[in-house]
Amino acid sequence: MTTNTDTIRNLAQQDYKWGFVTEIEEERIPKGLNEDVIRLISAKKNEPEFMREWRLKAYRHWASLERADAEPKWANIKYGPINYQDISYYSAPKQKKQLNSLDELDPEILRTYEKLGIPLAEQKMLAGVAVDAVFDSVSVATTFKGKLAEAGVIFCSFSEAVEKHPELVKKYLGSVVPVTDNFFAALNSAVFSDGSFVYVPKGVRCPMELSTYFRINAAETGQFERTLIIADEGAYVSYLEGCTAPIRDENQLHAAVVELIALDNAQIKYSTVQNWYPGDKQGRGGIYNFVTKRGACRGVNSKISWTQVETGSAITWKYPSCILQGEGSVGEFYSVALTNNYQQADTGTKMIHIGKNTSSTVVSKGISAGHGQNTYRGQVKILKGAQGARNYTQCDSLLIGDKCGAHTFPYIEVKNSSARMEHEASTSKIGEDQLFYLQQRGLKAEDAVSMIVNGFCKQVFRELPMEFAVEAQKLLSVSLEGSVG
Amino acid sequence: MSFLEIKNLHVSVDGHEILKGIDLTINPGEVHSIMGPNGSGKSTLAQVLARRDAYHVTEGSVTLMGKDLLEMKPEEAACEGIFLAFQYPVEIPGISNAYFLRSALNAQRKFRGEEEMDAMDFLPFFREKLKLLEMDEKLMNRSLNEGFSGGEKKRNEVLQMSILQPRMAVLDETDSGLDIDALRIVANGVNGLRSPERSFLVVTHYQRLLNYIKPDFVHVLVDGRILRSGGPELALELEDKGYGWIEQEAAAV
Repeated sequence: MTTNTDTIRNLAQQDYKWGFVTEIEEERIPKGLNEDVIRLISAKKNEPEFMREWRLKAYRHWASLERADAEPKWANIKYGPINYQDISYYSAPKQKKQLNSLDELDPEILRTYEKLGIPLAEQKMLAGVAVDAVFDSVSVATTFKGKLAEAGVIFCSFSEAVEKHPELVKKYLGSVVPVTDNFFAALNSAVFSDGSFVYVPKGVRCPMELSTYFRINAAETGQFERTLIIADEGAYVSYLEGCTAPIRDENQLHAAVVELIALDNAQIKYSTVQNWYPGDKQGRGGIYNFVTKRGACRGVNSKISWTQVETGSAITWKYPSCILQGEGSVGEFYSVALTNNYQQADTGTKMIHIGKNTSSTVVSKGISAGHGQNTYRGQVKILKGAQGARNYTQCDSLLIGDKCGAHTFPYIEVKNSSARMEHEASTSKIGEDQLFYLQQRGLKAEDAVSMIVNGFCKQVFRELPMEFAVEAQKLLSVSLEGSVG
Repeated sequence: MSFLEIKNLHVSVDGHEILKGIDLTINPGEVHSIMGPNGSGKSTLAQVLARRDAYHVTEGSVTLMGKDLLEMKPEEAACEGIFLAFQYPVEIPGISNAYFLRSALNAQRKFRGEEEMDAMDFLPFFREKLKLLEMDEKLMNRSLNEGFSGGEKKRNEVLQMSILQPRMAVLDETDSGLDIDALRIVANGVNGLRSPERSFLVVTHYQRLLNYIKPDFVHVLVDGRILRSGGPELALELEDKGYGWIEQEAAAV
């Protein structure tokens, strides 16, 4: 261990020689990706050897894929080549540029906050306005942590978990999404910055909804986030990720990995509201959100539910999935994905039925407006041993205007004859008739579209924790502005 | 002040002129009926008053209580008091009838600077109107017009009218597709809303509806022009002699 610590210290000091000055003046390491960068990242985070080796293994795999030009290209999305050497893979948890008041903020952003109904205190926090000592959030977070500690729930940053709970990390990391899983998962595994770690002990029902917002230091969204959530036998946890406020980032590529593990009779509810910068009205800029999310229902009667509202990002490419191993396990996927202007989305889910009497539900609502291209890609796979498997899939598309597109690619593979599957799909357009009817009753065109869209999304919004549901509705309205007329 | 004043209104759709110079004045409390053969422009007139985009006004003016109606967007005209009971009401899934109605009512109240109605106050008000139109409360939790029969849709139009309480209600062939019983209920609903502050423009092809909703004035619209105006007896004469008679009379003049 001493040798390791020395080595790390040496390395950490070395990079100062490379022009990486102090954390405040220069937060990033030079751009580029190679083994040295990986070691540097691990060193800067003071990681133990196992973590560093894990990263290196992932990097080597990724590099081999890159050399073989094996970056996946099969999705229904178009984007220019990504120069992986032109990215800086480490930035210290930096201080956000401090503003003195909200008046200094881009009025457009402020207007969006108002429309989304974000409370003033939160607006300040999001904008990086210097927080005064009286700010409630700090005390709220403290009480929050206290309650969790009482229940025995571990909720901390991934980095902290590596440091304080390495045995848990070692046991579960990569067990649902191995480093070889796919190109972007390999990249993430090599260079991940930080994320959330949750462990709920046996029989514990987590006393409150966990939110990334409450992770102290969580104001900055990571480019390569890594999240690991474990619900031990009989445990329950509801986790919320993201926020409705639009977030800009200089880094275009975001490749996160989320692994969920539910043991016997455990339940994990994972909700996401994503509104990252979608690019401008001409489709320039915007974040690429290439995510691997997977839940393993390992235990008997375990359950994992994914609920997502994706309105941001220039490109969204993700398939939150469930591996239904345990007998009687249940997987759910509820999604609203919106593409407006020139946004693109290729999203859906994979439900893999392995154990007996497993069931899955998929409800996907795609909304296309402007020149948006929205693709649902879903796989339901029933393996031979999945006696009594049941799946219900509903995928609906709503088109607003005549320049957008909606596409559906369902993959159904059934290897057990006792399986029952239902698949429904619909495509509809917001008709001028419908809009006029609502307007004639006194509703403005935008409110009318909002109402119709919310009606369309109701089935999914119902699954969101209440606070998110209200925000999600407003978010959809704001995202659809200008799509009519 | 007259409530609605239409002067020399010319309207085209897709380059075809449908209304060729309409003059019409409606005062508060009056019930006017527009009758005419198919293609005469009756529905066009109704849609223009509701401010539908597709209909281009090429000449003339329409003022509503002195304000320029043609400058208004559909929602503005609605908030100023125009209500159109559609001939073919659309269905909109995902939005319940009750929720939609309360939203519309509050949108109009907000426009007029009035206090919005919350769900608690809305419900009894709503139930009362439902009863008058002999409608089942269960229908109200269904999506807007979804799965409604023709008669139920028309009754829903009148229900909305009774909740939104417009100053000027335009009924676009409300009687089409209705059997006698439904007709009676709809007419009762409309008659129940008659008041010195409210005016009606009843667009219809058949005289039958006017037995139940007695108009003060009847205008005959043929080929985009009002050829004749008169009292309720004119409707009976039309039923007797047919539209052809009016056209011949007009040609002879």
